Amino acid sequence: MNARDLVARARQGLKEQPWRLFASQISVLVRNEVRRNLFTRRRIWIYLLALAPVFIILAHVILDRSNTDPDQIENDTRVLAGIVQLYYFRLGIFFACMAVFTWLFRGEMVDRTLHYQFLVPVRREVLVAGKFLAGAVIAIALFETAVLACFYLMYSRFGSAGKSYVFDGPGLGQLEAYLLATALACLGYGAVFLALSLLFKNPIVPGIVMMGWETIAPIFPAWAQRLSVTFYLKHLCPVSLPVRGPLAIFTIVAEPVSPTVVVLGLLCLTIAILAISCFLIHRMEITYAAE
Amino acid sequence: MTSEARRIVFENVSKFYGEVLGVNKVSFSLEPGITSLVGPNGSGKTTLMNLLTGLIRPSQGAIYVLGLTPQKPIEFFRQVGYCTQFDSFPPGTNGYDFIYWPLRLHGFGGDRAAKLTNEALERAGMAEVARRKVAGYSKGMRQRIRLAQAIAHHPSVLVLDEPLNGLDPMARAESIELFESIAKQGMHVIISSHILEEVDRISDRVVLMSSGYVVAEGQIREVRKEVRDHPMQILVRCSNAARLAAASFELDHVVEAKILNDGHGVLVRTRDAEQFYLLLNKIVSGGLVEVDAVAPADDDVNSIYQYLIGSDGGPA
Repeated sequence: MNARDLVARARQGLKEQPWRLFASQISVLVRNEVRRNLFTRRRIWIYLLALAPVFIILAHVILDRSNTDPDQIENDTRVLAGIVQLYYFRLGIFFACMAVFTWLFRGEMVDRTLHYQFLVPVRREVLVAGKFLAGAVIAIALFETAVLACFYLMYSRFGSAGKSYVFDGPGLGQLEAYLLATALACLGYGAVFLALSLLFKNPIVPGIVMMGWETIAPIFPAWAQRLSVTFYLKHLCPVSLPVRGPLAIFTIVAEPVSPTVVVLGLLCLTIAILAISCFLIHRMEITYAAE
Repeated sequence: MTSEARRIVFENVSKFYGEVLGVNKVSFSLEPGITSLVGPNGSGKTTLMNLLTGLIRPSQGAIYVLGLTPQKPIEFFRQVGYCTQFDSFPPGTNGYDFIYWPLRLHGFGGDRAAKLTNEALERAGMAEVARRKVAGYSKGMRQRIRLAQAIAHHPSVLVLDEPLNGLDPMARAESIELFESIAKQGMHVIISSHILEEVDRISDRVVLMSSGYVVAEGQIREVRKEVRDHPMQILVRCSNAARLAAASFELDHVVEAKILNDGHGVLVRTRDAEQFYLLLNKIVSGGLVEVDAVAPADDDVNSIYQYLIGSDGGPA
């Protein structure tokens, strides 16, 4: 069989797949997971992770409401960049995704309910896709809202000067970049934690290792850096932070890469990790007693 | 549909959890009807059911359900419903949602899924409490709601792990009636139980399990006979083994009497252990042989039989 036959066969195989059914199953899985996981008491600390900077900025706005000098905008822009880059990308989204995405399968093992998902006419790849999307919807909704709230609170107190910075200046572009990077961070970290939860019974230790890797990746060669999520996020950040000393490792971009390449790169990394998850889930068995 | 495409086939299936045996070299082929897997706790019944439904994979061998395998879940799980023994539910779910959402995953639209859900709830006698949280159900209600979920999509193969556990006599009778009506429609109903009497009357055939092995399989009468007629091995350590062997051979029910290599004992295979023990007493009291020890060498099948069916071996 030559290559052309193989391609034709693969094409035919793909054509014969019940894509409509897959789409409807993914939609049901997403709705069901979001309904079960978005508004639960179990998730309170994730809301706190997402909203902590919002509360801090709100307090700052209330306490410092007399200081509406437009010159302050530049300073506040740097503060916002620090919150997004150092808090959300490094800690907030990282730990929230760890909680949300590892719980998608491992949580069901702990609750002894995963067998219900394995006893329906759903391909396991579709299950991975549905659960991943559900996790992504939850994480993105939460953190996009938080970043948006931070942004609004940061500039709204400056009145017309703030409005002008946002709509006539670089503000809106910065917001778009933050929202894009936040969504990509949720997808990237989400895919990693989903895979880790299928690979390890306790994904916390590998999660900490992963955090270590994300921290030290910048000192590695360029090809190795591409295996970390923060490599891509750093390139999307619109405001560079004036950080010096060892902390500069978190913010310095050694070789600038175009945003298109960055977005595609992170999406490819996410898809590659999801493909690994699809492979791992096929090996998964329901043995609750071993958990 | 060919005969193979209507059967459930296990071909030399083994499952090991590390070094622990789950089931070993299981082979059988089941026709539609009610089949009971019977054996003491830990005999491998649940492992067999989990293998059948793809929740675990065999270490070796192959399993076909109506010619399908769980590797093709879309076709497979439209035909199979499994009511497991796991008494756990998604947190916060109510009885209705517990059945409705899996039906949506089958690809049924909202209306059809709602109709099937209500029908399953009716059949399981759970319609009135369907909107209550499952966490507030009694054990029997939880058992029935799981049963309702397993039958909701009208499977051709219904697998039920200890389905009568926790049910009161009324619910038990209703469930048995439900299983019988499903089987009458030409479907497979596979029920596990550690009490043969519980499933004896409704089973078309029985698979008797012990320590991961299928020890007998077939129609209930055949299994009873097979186990009853299974020759039992008895090891007698004694002096004058040749004399004991010769005397044993005079009994019709003794199939074999083998003198041990060291010459100080006999391994007897008999279909009637009681009669053999009587003979042994007679020989010993006559002073012809001095017995050091007597022990059943393979009591497994017999003891399981006693445990499951009762010592008289008569119909339960």
